[in-house]
Parts: sequence; C-alpha cells; structure tokens
Amino acid sequence: MTTGAPAGFRPQPIGGRKLDVLIAQPAEMSSSKRPSKLFRNLNAKVASIPMILTALVVFVGGTAWTVLYSFTNSKLLPRLNFVGLDQYHRLWSTSRWLVSIENLLIYGAISLVFSLVIGFLLAALLDQKIRFEDTFRTIFLYPFALSFIVTGLVWQWLLNPDFGVQRVVRDLGWTSFSFDPLYNSSLVIYGISIAALWQGTGLVMCLMLAGLRGIDEDIWKAARVDGIPMWKTYLFIVIPMMRPVFITTLVIIAAGIVKVYDLVVAQTSGGPGIASEVPAKYVYDYMFFAQNLGQGFAASTMMLLSVVIVIVPWAYLEFGGKKRG
Amino acid sequence: MADGASLSTGAEALKRNAAGPSGSKPRHMLSRRNIFLYGTLIVVALYYLLPLYVMIVTSLKGMPEIRLGNIFSPPVEITFEPWVKAWATACTGLNCDGLSRGFWNSVRITVPSVILSIAIASVNGYALANWRFKGADTFFIILIVGAFIPYQVMIYPIVIILREIGIYGTLTGLVIVHSIFGMPILTLLFRNYFTSMPEELFRAARVDGAGFWGIYLRIMLPMSLPIFVVAIILQVTGIWNDFLFGVVYTRPDTYPMTVQLNNIVNSVQGVKEYNVNMAATILTGLVPLIVYFVSGKLFVRGIAAGAVKG
Repeated sequence: MTTGAPAGFRPQPIGGRKLDVLIAQPAEMSSSKRPSKLFRNLNAKVASIPMILTALVVFVGGTAWTVLYSFTNSKLLPRLNFVGLDQYHRLWSTSRWLVSIENLLIYGAISLVFSLVIGFLLAALLDQKIRFEDTFRTIFLYPFALSFIVTGLVWQWLLNPDFGVQRVVRDLGWTSFSFDPLYNSSLVIYGISIAALWQGTGLVMCLMLAGLRGIDEDIWKAARVDGIPMWKTYLFIVIPMMRPVFITTLVIIAAGIVKVYDLVVAQTSGGPGIASEVPAKYVYDYMFFAQNLGQGFAASTMMLLSVVIVIVPWAYLEFGGKKRG
Repeated sequence: MADGASLSTGAEALKRNAAGPSGSKPRHMLSRRNIFLYGTLIVVALYYLLPLYVMIVTSLKGMPEIRLGNIFSPPVEITFEPWVKAWATACTGLNCDGLSRGFWNSVRITVPSVILSIAIASVNGYALANWRFKGADTFFIILIVGAFIPYQVMIYPIVIILREIGIYGTLTGLVIVHSIFGMPILTLLFRNYFTSMPEELFRAARVDGAGFWGIYLRIMLPMSLPIFVVAIILQVTGIWNDFLFGVVYTRPDTYPMTVQLNNIVNSVQGVKEYNVNMAATILTGLVPLIVYFVSGKLFVRGIAAGAVKG
C-alpha cells in the first residue's frame, strides 16, 4: 500500500512501536532537507504524465505547429518553406472558403437564436409543474443522443423532394407546393439548420430548465403578489437572473457551431455544388484530399481565430471579473 | 382558557379570510391554460418523434411501397429484409458485408477508448484534487482551454505523431486519439467530484499509511461509482457517435460504424435503397439510444457536464 508514497508525506507513527519509528525517522529527516524537489509527490506526477503530454504536446504543440505551418507552402507533405501570408490571401480569395464562412454565419445565427428561444420556451413550458414532465423531457432530448451522421441522414430522407415532405403535401392536392431545401443552393444551409435544431435544442432546454429550477420560488410569489403578468416576470426578472446560464449555453452553442462538419457531410456532402460547404469541411478536404496542406492549415488557423474571438471575451467576463471582485 | 384559545384561532381564521383564499388555486384539467400548455407540448413532442417514426416505418417497407406511398404512412406489408441487408450485405466500396463490420469496429474502438480515457482522466482528476503538485493547475488550465480548440487545428500534428509511432490507421491510434480528446471534460468532471469529497477521508487514509494508488483504488474508486457511470455514458455516446476522428485516423477496413453508414447511404453508385439506408441509420443510432433510454437522469447529468465538449 505504501509503496512509493512520497517520503515527505509519510505520517508519523503514533505510539511507540520501535521499528516503525526507526523506519519513519530517516524519511522525516530527508524530507526536511528536501534533497530533490522533483521526486516529491512522485506518484501524482507520474500519474499526470498523460495529462501533461496532452496539454503540452497535443494542445499547445499541435496548435503552434499548425499555426506555424500555415505560413508555409506545404503541399503533399509539411515543409518549412515560408511564404508569409500567401496562404491566407489565397484562402480569402477562394470562393469556396467565402461560401463556407457565409454559411457558417447563417447557420450560426440560426442555431444561436432559435435554439436559445425554442430551448427556453420548452424549458419554461416544462417548468409549469406539468404532468409527464419526464416523458416530455425524454422526447425533446433523445435526438441529442444521436450522432450528427444519423441526424443528417434522417433529415436528408425527410427533405427528399421525391419522397419526403414535399411529395406528401403535393399528394394532398397542393401540387405546386415546393419544399426542397437540400436541392436549392440558396436554401440548403437552412435545411441543414433544421436538422441541427432538431438535434440540439433538447440540450439547450435541459440547461435552461436547470437554470429555471435554480430561481428562488419566492421571486415568483413576489411577482404574483405584485400582479405582474407571467410573461413580464420571465422577460424582466427571470431571464436577467439567468444571465450566467445564458452565457454558458451561448458559449457551448458557439463552440459547437464552429465545429459543424459531420452534419453537412451526411446531409448534403457540401452540395449542391459548393452551396453548403463549411469551414471544417474545407480544412478536411484540403488536408486529406486536395493535398494542399498549407491551405488546410491556414483555414484551420482561421477557425481557431474565430473560437478565440468568442472565448476570450467570455473568459474575461467569467474569470477576469472574479479576480477584480 | 379554552375560550381564549378558540377566540384566538377564530381571529386567525378571520385574518386568513380577509387575505383571500389560501392554498393553490384548484385547477381543472381542461382549463384554457392546460389545453394550451399540453397542446403545445404534445405538438412539439410529435415533431421531435416524427423523424424516428419515419425512420422505423421506412425501414420496414419494401422499395415498391416506398416509391408509391407516403413516407408517413405505416407499412402495408412489414418486411425485415432491409434490416438483414443493412446488417449483413450492404456494400461500401468493395466490401459487401454490411454494417456488421462497422458495428464490430465501433465496439472494438469504443470499449478500450472508454476504459482508457476514464482511467487516465480519473487518475488525473484525483491527482489534481488531492495530490496537487507545483504546475499541476497550469496543465489543467491548458487542458480545459484546449477543449475549445477546434479539432481541425490539431488533426494533422496528431497524424504525424501517430505515423512516427507507427500506429497511424490502426484502431490503437484511434483509441489514443479518443483518450486525448476525452481528457479535458472527463478530468474536469472527476476533479470536481473528488474535490467535493470530504477532506478528512483522505487525511485519515494518509494517517493509516495509504499511498497514492492505495487511496485511489480503495477509497476514491469505490466511493465515486456514480460519477464513473456518468463518465461512461458520456464517453460511450460520444465515441460511438464520432465521425471526424474515425474518418481521419482509420482505414476503410477499420472504419467505425458512423463512417461506414455514411459511405453506404451517400454512395453514388447503384440504385438507392431507402429502406436499407434507414435500417442502417437506426442500427447505428441504436447503441446511443439504448444508453440514453436506460440511463435517464444520469445522461442529463453527463451532458450538463459534457456539454463543454460541444
């Protein structure tokens, strides 16, 4: 049991068993001298090696490596042949990248607004002390257990113009009805957003519900006594009180938006044409298909930058504020 | 005496009456509020259930019926052939042994990844909570910040590292990748849990002479089974549903189920068999769905913690 316990922490034996004292004594002395700082708490350090390696080699090292190589003209293999900002110039003059960014912005705005609004409304409905709350919650959340691939494929089928919703409505008699977002370049990103909302609003609802449950019952009572209508209580009292929950949810959604990849691959493969391309797919395709590593690195660095833009203000608000206060 | 008591209760009753009726308002099941409330919830619930229903219904129909009918109508003739075909003979590229290959690959990826990632992360969390050494918190902060870095930024350096070690394209490589990217959130989960455990427990064990591993195995591990269950739920669904790492770090014969599913459904050759596609889709979603429905509230706890992963 005690094998390898750090010497400095060896407990002093209580009572006078001589042998123990003899063993313990030198250990105590050595710790008071501290011959080597490195070996103190050795087991914890050994156990943390995977974490240290991950943090330093993969997260810091890998990120720095990618950023560094984004300034090179690496093609099939990474080469340290610096070309300055050339890759970035090319990136921002490639129409596919511009389409990707535009799509990401639309998809992001829709995801943020609708998942927050729908998620909050559902949570508020579930918070009315209703019956079968668990059943409803289970139903709203189950899509979140499914992968983006499964989600994308289901919605690809539902939105299929020949067999899906469009066909069903036309069969009902409305023959000019048209709803084929996945085959219409100007609508395709909305079609993808529908699937994403179906998959993700359950999570937002759960986070919001937890936030609502954290609101003191007395606040509701006070509002009722003052005769404030319910919607006003939500809008002007409860929601401002849930600010931290909203911020956390916002960060979670935003981090997920930047990473969107599998959903697009499954639902449209970026099509029709390049109409539903997203940055993550651009990175993957340039790294592993187009054998243009430099472009892939530059694009992924831009993705990193967008995350930094989202995360830094949040981290500043969240942690910087506490330090001051 | 008795008079005084009854008098005072009478006065109280009067006061109560003056303040209006007390207690919650009696509610009728069919009040306008309830119709609106339950009506909305039921409509939304139907919307959420619709895709699942369509998946199941489509997978049980024959192709002629799909071409003629409506995706929402229940099957006239129930057939399980699409399921058999999806599992055993659907083609991806040159392989025609169905999704079963992907399923077993996913099992062989998920099981070791879940065990390894949780083992590493729980020990990390334990070290961070109880055996903090100098610099430990710095690494931890890097780890948590790293959870927000888009995977695309780190994909290629990891390819190089795995290639150097000689395990690029193998299941071992993918297991390591999953353990790396599961580490931030799991470490956070375990660290917070171990920190919340009473300090005296740890001290008492120290006095009794237990060391780092002794305390971990005999005290922390048995006392934190719920958090292990949460971690397992989180990892099983997360790793099973992964697509990006599967497609980057494995080869066609070791593709996980999600990648194979996508290749089956989105392959351009051949006639599209929508019933087989939907059966394959359900089969792939089945494992996380079972985990979800069995675990219930623990799943919610897991995603609340794991949501950071995005």
